This record gives sequence, C-alpha cells and structure tokens, in this order.
Amino acid sequence: MIPDNLLYTRSHEWVKIQDNTILAGITFFAQEQLGDITFVELPEKGKRLEQGQEMGVVESVKAASEIYAPVSGEVIDVNKDLEITPELINQDPFGKGWIVKIKITAEVEGLLSPDEYAELVESQ
Amino acid sequence: MDLLTTPLTETHKRLGARLTNFAGWEMPIQYQGIIAEHLHTRSKACLFDICHMGELLVTGRDAAPELGRLVTHDLNNAVPGKCSYGFILTSSGTVQDDLIIYPLERDQFMLVVNASQKQDDLIHLQDNLSSRVKVTDNTMLTGKLDLQGPESLSVLEKFTGQNFNDLKYFHFRKISLPGLDLIVSRTGYTGELGFELYAPWGGIKELWDMILEDPRVKPAGLGARDTLRLEAGLPLYGHELDLHHTPAEAGYGFVLKSGACYMGKDKAFNVNERLTGLVIEGRRTPRKNDRILAGDKMAGMVTSGSFAPSLGHCIAMAYINKEYSDQSSFSIHRDKVILRAAKAGLPFYKGTARMNTSG
Repeated sequence: MIPDNLLYTRSHEWVKIQDNTILAGITFFAQEQLGDITFVELPEKGKRLEQGQEMGVVESVKAASEIYAPVSGEVIDVNKDLEITPELINQDPFGKGWIVKIKITAEVEGLLSPDEYAELVESQ
Repeated sequence: MDLLTTPLTETHKRLGARLTNFAGWEMPIQYQGIIAEHLHTRSKACLFDICHMGELLVTGRDAAPELGRLVTHDLNNAVPGKCSYGFILTSSGTVQDDLIIYPLERDQFMLVVNASQKQDDLIHLQDNLSSRVKVTDNTMLTGKLDLQGPESLSVLEKFTGQNFNDLKYFHFRKISLPGLDLIVSRTGYTGELGFELYAPWGGIKELWDMILEDPRVKPAGLGARDTLRLEAGLPLYGHELDLHHTPAEAGYGFVLKSGACYMGKDKAFNVNERLTGLVIEGRRTPRKNDRILAGDKMAGMVTSGSFAPSLGHCIAMAYINKEYSDQSSFSIHRDKVILRAAKAGLPFYKGTARMNTSG
C-alpha cells in the first residue's frame, strides 16, 4: 500500500512529481488511521504555500487531522469532488482521492522515499 | 495499569477490530468501519460486545425501599419482568450515573451502570444502604451482548427457538438454552428494535459465535454505538449527563415519577441549561466542548457531535443556557472555525426501537 512511484512526508502526505507541478493527497496508512472520512477542508486555488504549512483539514467520524503542504508552491487545482464525496480518500487515496495540485516554486527536497516511508509506518 | 478484557477481546483482534481504552477496558471501536456498521444496524442487525458495563446486584428484604431512596426509579411498583431507566443523583440533584434497573425478584435488583461510574456508584450505594441490604459487584460474572437492528427479533427467535414478539419495550425474560442461562431484555442504545442479552461470563463466547452464525448479523464496535445513540438523541454519561447537570436539564424530567423521597429529588427538576439538538450546516463536525453563541452572547457548549450516517449531515447535542434555549439558530466556535447550527427536535432519527412486534 506504498506505491513505488511516489514520495512521502513524515505527516503522511504522498507526492507525485509531474514536471514543475506536484499532485498530493494523504496515504493509505493515514486514511486507515482516520477511518471513515466525512469532510475535507481544501486550500484555495492561487494560495501560496510554504513546505510544512497547514493547507487543510481531513475529518473522520472519530477524528480530525491537519494536512500540510508537502512542497512550497502555488495551489493550481483542488479536488472539488471531495466536497461531496470525501469518502473517495478512503476508497482510492492515491487516485480519485487526490487533494491538491501545486506548482512548484522551489526545488523539492526533504521528502521520504517509499522505503523510508515504509520504515516510518512500520514504527507507528 | 493493564486494561481489563472481555471474553471476546481476542476474538475482536482476530476479526481485525481496532481496539481502544474505554473506561479502563480494551474495547473494539470498529471492525470494517463505523459508517458501514452504523448502516447495517439500521437496516439489518449488529452485535455489540458490551461486557464492560457494570452489573451490580442489590439484595435483601428491604432492598426495594432502601434502594428506592437512592435512585429515581419507582421501585414500589417494580415487578419482575419489567425494567426501567433512571438515575442515581447526588444530593445536589445532579447525575451521578444513569442506569437500567432489573427487578429479578421482589427483593433482588440488577443495576446496569456505566463502566466509568461503577466504582463511585458502588461506594455511593454502600455508604447509603443499611447492613440489611447487600450490594455485590457482578461485572466480572455477567457478560452483556447487544443485538440491535430491525432483524434482531427474527435473529433472536431463530437461535433460541423461542418466540419474543410478545416481549414489549423495556420488558425482559429469563430463558435457558442448553448449557446457557440468559436474560433477554427488549432494550438498547441505538434507536432500533433490539435486545440486550445478559449471560454468565463463561458463556459469552459461545453466545457471540452462535449469533454471528446468522448471516444477517455483523459485529459492530463502540464507534457505531456512539453515532447510533447520538442520532437517536440518547445521552451518554460524561457528555450529556454529568455531575453538573440535573435530569430535567438533560430532558429526562418525565422519568422522575417515583413517589419515594430519593436523594436529590428536591433539586432534580432545577433547570439552568437545556440539552438541545442541533443540526449543522455543511459537513464539518462540531466536537465536545466547542463553544455555542447566540448572536454574540456565549450561550453554551457542545456535549457530543458527529457526522450522522443515516442523515447525511452533521448533528450535535449541546447544553444551552435556558435564557437562549428557545432561539432557533446558533453559531458554534472552535479556534478559527465557525459553524452555523439550527435547533432540532430529539431524536434526530426515529428508528424501530419502540415498534409493536406482537402483531
């Protein structure tokens, strides 16, 4: 449940690099820990984010968890489907449950490889 | 401190449940998911391990009059076969615990209390009962499984081979299956037609397996139990009921019918705040202790909030100062989040709990 072609953060976001943009969401592990997701607060399009800055919130029946910008950049798209069907994150966290598309404004660094992320999950 | 375990803790682990510490017990929160378990309870039937709840036995020739001075239940008119809901109150009229009392015999009462309050309840009873009445903690001898949902009656009749369609709401019956004595009570905490089953601790695993053999029944955890009871508008101790509020404030003045002079009676009807149902605009969930404003005036606090799976939006219960409790809309505040809420009648969702099954 940790795809090879993605990078990860210590706060359980995944990142898919596509040229000068990235697609991000929360990992299978993160959605499993939260349980049934009932609400997602998305960042606004055009918003500039610093890596590690809070960019939204994911709520489940029992818990709520902030999500953090995995890279620095500008929000160029958000997954509007999550406003009506937040459970897409449970059903397909790495696909239809994507959260945000960010245009990179700085070099991407400090992300975890799939192996490093697997180790992090193992330890939790 | 090690957590207490039920006869089913290992079974829950094998079923892939997520376990949590609930009032000192290691209990399942969910198996496949809270929403799925919630919806299955509303449409078919689910089985809940509720062995953590306390069972206290009060016995003795004077048990009825003496216990009747410590609970709001009308024990003068208690008859075996009919149970009742009520409270143990403090001398200030606030709620020490909420409980169902089962008159097993004329002089023998089973009190089913919250796990979190049991030790305090025991001390309170022992301090206030005479030596002619005996209190025994049977929690580790008596297990409890809740079978809840519209199919529960048919499931119960199938595995017992007996009829229960004539067992009315808040009535109970003792039955014997081969090697297993049960109390079957037509009660529950989900708003659906359902039964609470009491069995000896050692028979619980067998009972659980027997019921789950029926393909209509799925196991459900305390997560779904909480969303179900909230939709049904039922209070939870530590949230809607506590040492700061009277039964009347919680909306339960109507159960205070006992003619006995029980502890706290003179203050039990005092009302400063009213427990109020709120429907939330949008999908964001209010949580316990979020502040409630009426206009720009502090009006109260949220006691429970959740996404309501059977309704598709968020709901909450809150204590609202009586000065503002007749207003129709409020705002809920937590950090920088502001939610809009409209007052709603309880229950939020009316299930099959009280349905007439005798045809």
